[in-house]
Amino acid sequence: MESGIHQLLQGTILEGLPPGLAYPLSLIAVAFAVLSFFVAPLAGLTSWLERRVWARMQSRVGPNRVGPQGVLQWLADGVKNIQKEDIIPAAADRRLFLLAPYIVFGGFFATFVVIPFGSWAIVADLNIGILYLLAITSLAVVGILMAGWSSNNKWSLLGGMRSAAQIVSYEIPAGLSVLTVIFVAGSLSMQGIIKEQGWAPWDWFLFYNPFMLVAFFMFFTAALAEGNRTPFDIPEAESELVAGYVTEYSGMRFLFFFFAEWGNLYVIGAIAATLFMGGWQIPGTLFGVTLSEYPLVKGLLEFLVFFLKAYLWAFVAMWVRGTLPRVRVDQLMDMCWKYMVPIAFVCMFGTVCLLVIWPNGNPTLQMGTFGFSVVVLLYFVWRVIYQLLHSRPALYLRPYI
Amino acid sequence: MSGITEYFGNIKDTVSTIFEGMAITFSHFVRRPSTIQYPDRIATQVQATLPLRYRGILEVDMDICTGCLACERVCPIACIAIGIEMNKETKQRDFTQFDIDICKCMYCGLCMEACPTGSIRHSQEFEGACNNPAGLVRHFVTETIPLYKPKKGGETEPRMVQKVDIGKTYMDEIAGPEEA
Repeated sequence: MESGIHQLLQGTILEGLPPGLAYPLSLIAVAFAVLSFFVAPLAGLTSWLERRVWARMQSRVGPNRVGPQGVLQWLADGVKNIQKEDIIPAAADRRLFLLAPYIVFGGFFATFVVIPFGSWAIVADLNIGILYLLAITSLAVVGILMAGWSSNNKWSLLGGMRSAAQIVSYEIPAGLSVLTVIFVAGSLSMQGIIKEQGWAPWDWFLFYNPFMLVAFFMFFTAALAEGNRTPFDIPEAESELVAGYVTEYSGMRFLFFFFAEWGNLYVIGAIAATLFMGGWQIPGTLFGVTLSEYPLVKGLLEFLVFFLKAYLWAFVAMWVRGTLPRVRVDQLMDMCWKYMVPIAFVCMFGTVCLLVIWPNGNPTLQMGTFGFSVVVLLYFVWRVIYQLLHSRPALYLRPYI
Repeated sequence: MSGITEYFGNIKDTVSTIFEGMAITFSHFVRRPSTIQYPDRIATQVQATLPLRYRGILEVDMDICTGCLACERVCPIACIAIGIEMNKETKQRDFTQFDIDICKCMYCGLCMEACPTGSIRHSQEFEGACNNPAGLVRHFVTETIPLYKPKKGGETEPRMVQKVDIGKTYMDEIAGPEEA
């Protein structure tokens, strides 16, 4: 690899660089490129989508002026925040204060290494992929605690402590749900888990058996709690703790935390799509065309399918944000330890029992669970139509317009 | 036993209420928002929807202003500044200045009630925001113009007839006191 990079730079002005230095520099350059051209627009787009979705659910419009339909709002926000004064409290622990946003961001950015965007489009297919993901997302706890403590502000400290308690507690239901999937898949690697599933919805792990269905919702709720999303956004608690652990941060440092949060939304969706929805799997032949003959089209379709699945769950997270009130911190702990941990255990135990009986799965059970989910979805659509027809909030508009 | 019922009751309540709540928010998501995006994305111009006696920014028709200074005297804030000069040779009086400071004006309507010809009126305009305070002073006289002298027996020129009529209608319908 080193000599390859060295040969690549032979004809350019950088050929005097020693190979031992060129390789790490090229890695940094690639990381920088990925960060600026993929992750930043992704987080920005997620923030735009969140603001528009949230606004429409509250019967208002959301940002729609900067760029067509407001898609460049995040760029404007970024530029605005870079221009702001960098205020560091005089009594704050300076080194920790400066370091905290980067650790939170690092914990989020490092997850992109194992996210499978396509059958070949994965940076490193670690054979402990999902374990690495669960571990690295916990790095954010360290950053949040640092932010809360070093701000020298009792509200920030409270926010940081609550957040640490929340994230650490919800690791358990998340881990148990993931364990359920791992039992069925037989592999910790992300690509391995996807390959065990099929492209059709009834081949996904989501409908493998009823316990997996419940485990998915356990996982999704726990992931929301880990990402500090409503209804578990007590650490940010905009109306309660000023801004929780980010109170003392201003300008770009402040935006880093939210950058990590919005990007994390996408990562949650990506993990959910990988573990439960078959990831990038697409049918082998589409409209009579064998896709393996057109690798570029196949790769693009896989990327698109994965992207849409991940964004579906990001949309659901935004939807939940627009629906539910915030839970109190004791209710949050209650829910985790008294409800979610037992239910996750039951799911895991149930799946294991079913695996003992049917080691290769039971198609009837799969189709049955899939059918049940379709019925629930149709009932949901009916409720939405009912609401559209019946719930008309009384609006007293000025009669002149 | 009641503990277990309560436990499962809690789970059932959580799931059913979240389900229903998400149906409600999704139904709002697919509706048209109730925001009115004034000023550039509205169906009809607001000026066209204002009521008849709406007291907008003051305007003066200098062609029928007699220079009686009734509006300047009656204004409680003294936002009208009128300057009249007598030309010594022709013995004709001209306007040199007619400024209305719309920043000070409180839109009480006393000036339009006091006007004998209905030349000072409230328009339907309300968007008068400006970048500097000097722009908030409206100048209705740019070069000296003579005062209006009402002709005995009415006007003959059609343009003046129309202007006098507009002033009269304004006085009758809007500036005068309402019939009990």
